[in-house]
Amino acid sequence: MATKASRSAARLMMAPAVILLLGWMLVPLCMTLYFSFKKYLPLRGGDLGWVGFENYVRFFSSSAFWPSVQATLVIVGGVLVITIVFGILLAILLDQPMWGQGIVRILVIAPFFVMPTVSALVWKNMFMDPVNGLFAHLWKFFDATPIEWLSQASMTSLVIIVSWQWLPFATLILLTAIQSLDSEQLEAAEMDGAPPLSRFGYITLPHLSRAITVVVLIQTIFLLSIFAEIFVTTQGSFGTKTLTYLIYQRVLESQNVGLGSAGGIFAVILANIIAIFLMRIVGKNLDA
Amino acid sequence: MGQITLQQVTKKFGDVQVIPPLDLTIEDGEFTVFVGPSGCGKSTLLRLIAGLEDITSGTILIDGADATAISPAKRGLAMVFQSYALYPHMSVRKNIAFPMRMAGIDKAEQDRRIEQAATALNLTDYLDRRPGQLSGGQRQRVAIGRAIVREPAAFLFDEPLSNLDAALRVGMRLEISELHKRLETTMIYVTHDQVEAMTMADKIVVLRAGHIEQVGSPLDLYRTPRNVFVAGFIGSPKMNLIEGPEAAKHDAHTIGIRPEHIDVVESGGLWEGRVGVAEHLGSDTFFHVHDTGLAEMMTVRVAGEVNLRHGDRIHLNPRADQIHRFDDKGLRIQ
Repeated sequence: MATKASRSAARLMMAPAVILLLGWMLVPLCMTLYFSFKKYLPLRGGDLGWVGFENYVRFFSSSAFWPSVQATLVIVGGVLVITIVFGILLAILLDQPMWGQGIVRILVIAPFFVMPTVSALVWKNMFMDPVNGLFAHLWKFFDATPIEWLSQASMTSLVIIVSWQWLPFATLILLTAIQSLDSEQLEAAEMDGAPPLSRFGYITLPHLSRAITVVVLIQTIFLLSIFAEIFVTTQGSFGTKTLTYLIYQRVLESQNVGLGSAGGIFAVILANIIAIFLMRIVGKNLDA
Repeated sequence: MGQITLQQVTKKFGDVQVIPPLDLTIEDGEFTVFVGPSGCGKSTLLRLIAGLEDITSGTILIDGADATAISPAKRGLAMVFQSYALYPHMSVRKNIAFPMRMAGIDKAEQDRRIEQAATALNLTDYLDRRPGQLSGGQRQRVAIGRAIVREPAAFLFDEPLSNLDAALRVGMRLEISELHKRLETTMIYVTHDQVEAMTMADKIVVLRAGHIEQVGSPLDLYRTPRNVFVAGFIGSPKMNLIEGPEAAKHDAHTIGIRPEHIDVVESGGLWEGRVGVAEHLGSDTFFHVHDTGLAEMMTVRVAGEVNLRHGDRIHLNPRADQIHRFDDKGLRIQ
């Protein structure tokens, strides 16, 4: 990439991708910005003109706003903790030599290939159904009253479902990181007198820090926008209305495009703030 | 103290016997080198002593006490790995302190020993750097420092110089030798490089396929190799091994003569051949001699510069008293 010719050739060849990306991202963003300053009710009169910041004020002052931010953060945080803790444990287990390793690894990754809608439906009907669900049967077996998962423990249920989907991703990334750990380092620590837990704490965990950073960053970006799991299970009731779901309701159920767009812009800003924070906190790990 | 005794030690990986029953004693304060071609089991043997691999049968004694079932950490041995195995996220100081921290040694004593090791190894200026910011030689010294501070009964080195460039290797070889002279601690050193073995060892253990071929001082092995394998392995360039009628003249199946024990004469030598490649090193010249009718290729070492070129005829005279004789099993005939 040294010569002038090769540099301009590179620019030329990258151009289609860059233009496509810009179009894909910038056009919707600008349209959302545009609509967020309008009163736009498709079924009730259409475009009713500019309204300034009124949509924003209404969106933020709505009683559903702060609970939705909280719900979003709880889901993101809960899923992150569960996927990383169990991801590390699973990765360590899968790293051990065992019979049928290849098949086990594929099975572990499998949930990631299941579409969110499908996996949420499977969880809802097969496991969490208060009458026929497997959990209900388990509870009855112990003579306990089955929990109505999606209404009594709606947040927990959602976190479990989403964690199940994202655990394979975390496990996969952490497993490759564990495999790249130089076994001589562990042996050196063993010779240096470190018991297994110390070896994990002083050698394995620091080695994984970069992979954990990657998992946190990528999962946060995707978890902020989970939608299908809520849509097919609770429909946003029982305190599971996340920011994404609230915006969806404003746009499609209330048919208020302007109000929803204002929420969308807030979501974009929130995502960026979180991303910046994460980069600041964990950026050190990516540099080192 | 650091006397290590192996009694009838064996190691199997699955069905493969890597180390057949083996007996060996390493005396306190000795610099012992395990040398052999790759795959001969020398690293495995070292790992057995370290405790990183379990032995299949036999006994390992350290200072007379049975250490076979003792965990690596409790054996009081320190190991320097081929890859150095430094902890990349810790500073040099923390790396060196790690074994002491694990042993629960108090902070003041830790600092004292780190200071001492850093001074001895010229690491004082680098204590706050990470291993990634150090050169190969410096990393090597950190690994040695981490071993020293434990004040072990013996040091185990697993091919520690193989990742360094040639010049640095010679330097580190000297440093390790000097360290041994100063500490007078038992050291076991694994290498495939017979030059390292010859220059550093008090005692060399030559291994092949897990078997000990010969144990002895470097010069013992050089002067009286016990069999053809040791004869060919020790010495650089390799000893010339000749079979057939020429060997029969000496009542042997194989005879061996080192390149430095063959004289080049103007004419009338016992052997004659054609010069192939000539390696002119200045101090020495190595000739690869072909068409002697004795062996495919013979190597001859001549001190200084000799003006013979590719394709020239060369006349050779072996020194009769330096011919090694081996029987049909490859064993030395006295």
